[in-house]
Amino acid sequence: MWSILKTLWDVFLHTFRKPVTIPYPEQKAVLSPRYRGRIILSRDPDGGERCVACYLCSVVCPVDCIALQATQDDTGRRFPEFFRINFSRCIFCGYCEEACPTYAIQLIPEFEMGEYNRQNMVYEKENLLIAGEGKYHGYNYWKVAGVAIGGKDKGEAERESPPVDLHSLMP
Amino acid sequence: MTLSTWIFILGLLFILLSAAGGLTWVERRLLAVWQDRLGPNRVGPIGSLQAVADGIKLFMKEDWVPPFSDKPVFVIAPAIVMAAVLMSFVVLPFAPGLVLANLNIGLLFFLAMSSLSVYSIVLGGWSSNNKYALLGGLRAAAQMLSYEVFLGLSMSGTVMLAGSFRLTDIVEAQRGMWFVIPQFLGFILFTIAGLAETRRLPFDLPEAETELVAGFHTEYSGMKFGMFFIGEYLGMILISAMITLLFFGGWRGPFLPPVIWFILKTSFFLAFFILLRAALPRPRIDQLMAFGWKILLPLSLLNLLATGAVVVARGG
Repeated sequence: MWSILKTLWDVFLHTFRKPVTIPYPEQKAVLSPRYRGRIILSRDPDGGERCVACYLCSVVCPVDCIALQATQDDTGRRFPEFFRINFSRCIFCGYCEEACPTYAIQLIPEFEMGEYNRQNMVYEKENLLIAGEGKYHGYNYWKVAGVAIGGKDKGEAERESPPVDLHSLMP
Repeated sequence: MTLSTWIFILGLLFILLSAAGGLTWVERRLLAVWQDRLGPNRVGPIGSLQAVADGIKLFMKEDWVPPFSDKPVFVIAPAIVMAAVLMSFVVLPFAPGLVLANLNIGLLFFLAMSSLSVYSIVLGGWSSNNKYALLGGLRAAAQMLSYEVFLGLSMSGTVMLAGSFRLTDIVEAQRGMWFVIPQFLGFILFTIAGLAETRRLPFDLPEAETELVAGFHTEYSGMKFGMFFIGEYLGMILISAMITLLFFGGWRGPFLPPVIWFILKTSFFLAFFILLRAALPRPRIDQLMAFGWKILLPLSLLNLLATGAVVVARGG
């Protein structure tokens, strides 16, 4: 009996609490920077595409919504010929971002992607690429990678020593 | 009947039905307040036209009569609850002179009509030919039967003190002191019984959506369901008005006009009913029965005995 009265009183005290509801379209919620929303492709500090078309995101995607085709330019730098994400299938799990070895694919806190036409949910590379570096600043894969591309030979990357000649006996 | 009586009847019908509809919105807003939410706020200013939108939706719904049901009974059942509850309002005095039929057995008429409304629930559950509906109907029958007993007994104290079944006389008898003070136990018992009578939470066992789908109105859709719904809210208004009349001096109060006082007091109890819904869990059916027969009925008899002794000792 006492507990019933106590409950009534406690519930009544909620009259003076502020409602926790955020009336969404008028007032936006504050999302954390690591919120998993729309997927973008970022660029390195020099403005080149970070994506090296390794297919890891496409492989790890549980709903198979990422499609791409690798190619390379005459300097030997790999990049995707096309990069297509079907957002009507994407579940925003973020596995692609975890799998990406070059910080190219990233999820951003934007989720308002409604479309009237389902075909518009398919984003091509030009829709995905942004001008900046996204969440990871100052990282440039081709500057630290040990592969030879145009203008940079093996051993010339940052924090990389020259390759060892296995056939030489000299120290 | 004169023209003014007709106008009064139509006005009362209009006010009651729109109040019952509006109460659905008020209830949702109040529940939201007590659950730290906002509630319906889209249709009209702060959502106040939500009841209209709901009404339009209910009219647009398919009005399905199940082929396996007992069709005439199925169709007529929702009408009974509304008719019975609306009939009870005939004897309620809203202010001096503002009463449709000032019967000298007003209270008995109210009891009779509120007992009739259980037929609607039982018949609705029975004719649906569905096991959940039938269980809901059975529960309603058991619950009404148990709680009707001391619904009458708990208000007998006020009748003894006032010496009349006429509701205006009962209100007049509270000139010096509201009956809630000498009849506090009676007030508590009447509130609980009235809550069970209107099948409101926490006593909504005939409906019990967590166990019986939707209880007696499982098979109902469209405006037939709407009538059960409106009937429930009208019952809530009726019980609140009865508490006001029997225990809280009806329309009596300083400064404001009598009708305003009546509406204010009734609204207070309506809000209290909604608070009960927001706060309390639903008991099991056996707990409900045991509570009614083993605790509330003896208490109401004791209350009757004590009131009777006092009235006799005073030489009334």
